[in-house]
Amino acid sequence: MKVTITVNGTKHESEIEPRTLLVQYVRDTLGLTGTNIGCDTSSCGACSLHVDGESVKSCTMLAAQADGCDVTTIEGLAKNGVMHPMQTAFMENHGLQCGFCTPGMVMASISLLQENPNPTEEEVRIGLEGNLCRCTGYHNIVKSVLAAAQAK
Amino acid sequence: MGGSILGNRVLRKEDPKFLTTGGVYVDDLLDEPLLHNAVHVTYARSSVAHGHILSIDTSEAAAMPGVIAVFTGADLGLQPVPSAFNPAATRTLLATDKVRYVGEPLAIIVSETREQGEDASEAIIVDYDVLEALVDVEKAMASSLHLYEACGSNVVFDTTALGIPENSGEAFFAGCEVVVTGRYINQRVAPCPLEVRGAAAAWGPDGRLTQWLSTQHAQGAPAPIAAANGVDVSQVRVKTPDVGGGFGAKIGTYPEDLLLGVVAKRVGRPVRWRETRSESMVGLGHGRAQLQFITIGGSRNGKVSHYQMHAIQDSGAWVDMGTILAPFMTRPMSSGVYAIPNIECRTTSVVTNTTPTVAYRGAGRPEATAAIERAMDMFAAEIGMDAAEVRRVNLIPKFMEPHTTAIGGTYDVGDYEESLNRTLEASDYAGWRKKQAERRANNDPKQLGIGVSVYVEITGGVGTGESAKVEVLDDGSARIYTGTSPHGQGHDTSWSMLASEQTGIPMDKIELVWGDTDLVPVGTGTMGSRSLQQGGNAVYSVAGTLAEKAKSVAARLLEANEADIVLDKDKGIFHVAGTPAVSKTWADLALAEKSTGGLVHSDIIGVVGPTFPFGAHVGIVEVDTETGKVTHIAHYACDDAGTVLNPMLLEGQIHGGVAQGAAQALLEEVRYDDDGNPITSNLADYAFISAAEMPSVNVIHMETPTPNNLIGAKGIGESGTIGSTPALQSAVIDAVSHLGVRHIDMPTTAERVWSAIQQAR
Amino acid sequence: MIPAPFDYKRASSAAEAISLVSEYGEDAKFLAGGHSLLPLMKLRLAQPAVLIDIARITDLSYIRDAGNHIAIGAMTRHMDVEKSPIVLQHAPLLANAASHVGDPQVRHRGTIGGSIAHADSASDLPATTLAMGATYVAQGPNGTREIPANEFYVGFLESALAPDEMLTEIRVPKMNGATWGFQKFNRRAQDWAIVGVAAWKRGNEAGVALVNMGSVPVLATSVSQAIANGASIAEAAELAAAEAEPQSDLNASAEYRVHLSKVLVRRALESTNA
Repeated sequence: MKVTITVNGTKHESEIEPRTLLVQYVRDTLGLTGTNIGCDTSSCGACSLHVDGESVKSCTMLAAQADGCDVTTIEGLAKNGVMHPMQTAFMENHGLQCGFCTPGMVMASISLLQENPNPTEEEVRIGLEGNLCRCTGYHNIVKSVLAAAQAK
Repeated sequence: MGGSILGNRVLRKEDPKFLTTGGVYVDDLLDEPLLHNAVHVTYARSSVAHGHILSIDTSEAAAMPGVIAVFTGADLGLQPVPSAFNPAATRTLLATDKVRYVGEPLAIIVSETREQGEDASEAIIVDYDVLEALVDVEKAMASSLHLYEACGSNVVFDTTALGIPENSGEAFFAGCEVVVTGRYINQRVAPCPLEVRGAAAAWGPDGRLTQWLSTQHAQGAPAPIAAANGVDVSQVRVKTPDVGGGFGAKIGTYPEDLLLGVVAKRVGRPVRWRETRSESMVGLGHGRAQLQFITIGGSRNGKVSHYQMHAIQDSGAWVDMGTILAPFMTRPMSSGVYAIPNIECRTTSVVTNTTPTVAYRGAGRPEATAAIERAMDMFAAEIGMDAAEVRRVNLIPKFMEPHTTAIGGTYDVGDYEESLNRTLEASDYAGWRKKQAERRANNDPKQLGIGVSVYVEITGGVGTGESAKVEVLDDGSARIYTGTSPHGQGHDTSWSMLASEQTGIPMDKIELVWGDTDLVPVGTGTMGSRSLQQGGNAVYSVAGTLAEKAKSVAARLLEANEADIVLDKDKGIFHVAGTPAVSKTWADLALAEKSTGGLVHSDIIGVVGPTFPFGAHVGIVEVDTETGKVTHIAHYACDDAGTVLNPMLLEGQIHGGVAQGAAQALLEEVRYDDDGNPITSNLADYAFISAAEMPSVNVIHMETPTPNNLIGAKGIGESGTIGSTPALQSAVIDAVSHLGVRHIDMPTTAERVWSAIQQAR
Repeated sequence: MIPAPFDYKRASSAAEAISLVSEYGEDAKFLAGGHSLLPLMKLRLAQPAVLIDIARITDLSYIRDAGNHIAIGAMTRHMDVEKSPIVLQHAPLLANAASHVGDPQVRHRGTIGGSIAHADSASDLPATTLAMGATYVAQGPNGTREIPANEFYVGFLESALAPDEMLTEIRVPKMNGATWGFQKFNRRAQDWAIVGVAAWKRGNEAGVALVNMGSVPVLATSVSQAIANGASIAEAAELAAAEAEPQSDLNASAEYRVHLSKVLVRRALESTNA
């Protein structure tokens, strides 16, 4: 089937199998490998990206369901070489180690602040319930998100 | 001269890439020319835990769309390979005659796309003669059904075979006023790096095999890969892309890795393989899995004089690294931080029909620590002593020369009481005890629990040194080659700090090379918290020697005596002392040396021995006594790793360690049903800890440098895990101890806590 | 992991969706947000031959004040239910329950209709709407019909919907100042409830339903009756599991679930949220 999806500002028309997951579409069809696959059960959030400005788990969405939508991946955040404030906050607060959960974590965190611009620590922790990290113990991820909220 | 960069909170050089385009993990190698036109490998796996294979029918799978080939072990002519730790145990890399755990690979599908391989794997039909599944270690020990008939037993390793006598039983405790026994389960957990296993393999035009591998130790891989492919080890090159976490489980190579070259040769095309998480939960090695029988004895005044442990290590279905952690990591650390004059420790490793166990963050030391700390708490409860106090009276006093315990562990330096004091003070231990007393007095349904642990562990126990090479390029930039293998630890930043400190070359002009066996043939990888004290130490030493070497080149160019040459590290230039106006840059020197092999130094730098980081943790939990629900509300961690290179990275390691330790204490457990079917084989069922189950972690700094290496550093990668687990298990039990509860096994799930309260009432 | 192959059809109206499902019959499944169905398909526990995407039926995404009840279009996302001023004002129990579904990413995609039609007793919204005395509206080839929530859940993942019917609207009575509590007891924030309770109380009137206490969402009528008969909350809560047939599984024994349901029903009814 044919889908038309705008990814990071560029419109792509592609012929895909109906069962193609959105994460496969961005990784395999478009070669945007920043978005990672960490599980099979919508549990880990490594594949989080934005569809029409909101975080979704792209392993639990068909590319067909994103037909006509605007998708933003980690590769689309920095503008003209300048990192998004959330990316900067993760760097300055050591919010990443191995980096595998990071793209999904950053995308989920941006969405979180859009919906709750001044969260408490508790709200950040609950808000990131769907994103797993094995390296950081979440301490510096939470700190990064709170710092990004302050920086706004 | 400006201040040293060492000891500073330097931001990571690695991060911009990870944050903007993402890392390049093995599954992201889309532009690799050697992998052009690669096909996909999918493994079909055993669906039964124990059984003889009667037949494997691959015909339907082979006829499916996109399927290029299907191979069984027989098709590939695989021969049995002995275990490195017990040669009587042998297996083929694909199960041929017998399957021993659910998830064991038994056939390979090669397909044009990954999806086609997944579709075809459903069509492979295996006929089994199902045998009884031995899931439990005690059942496996007692059974006459043996996983490996040639071993003659399911016990595959025992300390008695090392000439260590069996424990002497109750007689050992004659004369003790107080004796307490316990049976503790240090449960099986899954390492769960966020990136699962993956690899790719290609035979080059030169006839050599290149294999990309998500690994912690590239240099360990060529030998087994060469053996599996029947070629000389010189014909194998292993390359490590970015690695999304390892935690011990990616140290060794797995059958799925080793067979890729074989398949690539058969089909005449390069191959890629990446497992799914559901496969990873049964295919990647598991950790811990120790059953511990403990007896502790001493006097009513709180002095412990005798300690005896028999640890039964569950090896899983292969005699892998998990087998030897109990005898070689748990046993030597069984005394913990305590001056116990009489200790016996026997370990017995047993094969079962479960996923093989391997090293997992801490690897043998968390088990030793959890056992002695739990025993201390039970001893304290028996005599009515405070948890912190019973520890204090039994601690080994401060020592700055090596100290040997009764079980034979020799520690480098230690000041355990200071770490305990700092943690009690920073956590306001007394204040928490007061709050706890108030809630108890009010009969509050939500009770507070306070857990204390004091621990010592062994780091840098793997390897006796590490390779490093530093070369300066024509433009004055430097390249470091290291035998360690970062996968989140920040070596690019840390090794650049160390080299910059020695050379004055700015960090952003230093590049790190690792994990490519052609470029770095010698290396012991990253495991056992060894990287900084061995790999970083080597970089520091080699960069220092290179700076000295450079002085002689500068002397020649400046026509001066070498002894008069100084290196201005702020500017990265060489000049004669007192006349800085005439100078040579690193680029000048590199150009001058170009014709004679370049400005480079390479060496393998040894260390005196392993180091023994120590510390104390206080964990605070709230327990809902009506439901048993545990909430981890505060955590205080003092982890002394010697000299700190970058406090930001140190704290990151502690935070992550605490989360994994907390996860073991409170949430995570790999489980099987009675037939050996895994019931926690995805991240919805396995309770991988999230941000919502964690509090922030209060890190308490303490630095007691080790004399065992040049920089005074000990390991920090595993300490947080080792200290936090016993503190939290203890906190949960402490919260309900006034109700009569003495012990709850990990993970302290709500139902277990609730049941313990019901039983105590 | 990916689903087995299937054909994909997108409906732009309820009528089109029903005509498509009539055409493809039992091999077809409706796809709303996909957060119940796609995970099952990836694990290959479900392998429909045709998916009919109904999420784009925009006239099924709404929240309206309909006098004595709130009308919610089946394709309304959890996040929209959670944040809707109308739901927050008139059916705060439902808004709160919606905020506990999955995680934020799930709530950005998952729909109330999808969740209810999937009829999973472990889901939060079937039990919550059951406790609230909701009515579901179904549309089929022969028009629409109303199904009371307490007649909707007929078995494990099985509802009263005919194969060619689709859920179009959820009608939730206004709470009119009732106190309410939603208790979700789980291991981790993102997990399904081990046991969940949705409850409201207005004087001697109460509605209580249980999550994951059997193969279907359970309406705890004994509790409501006890309250109506003047029992204290603590007394009534002891009857929490009277209608339940809980299972033992990975996360809890049946016995523990029974115990939890009593504690959680008491807490939900004692809650002073209004």
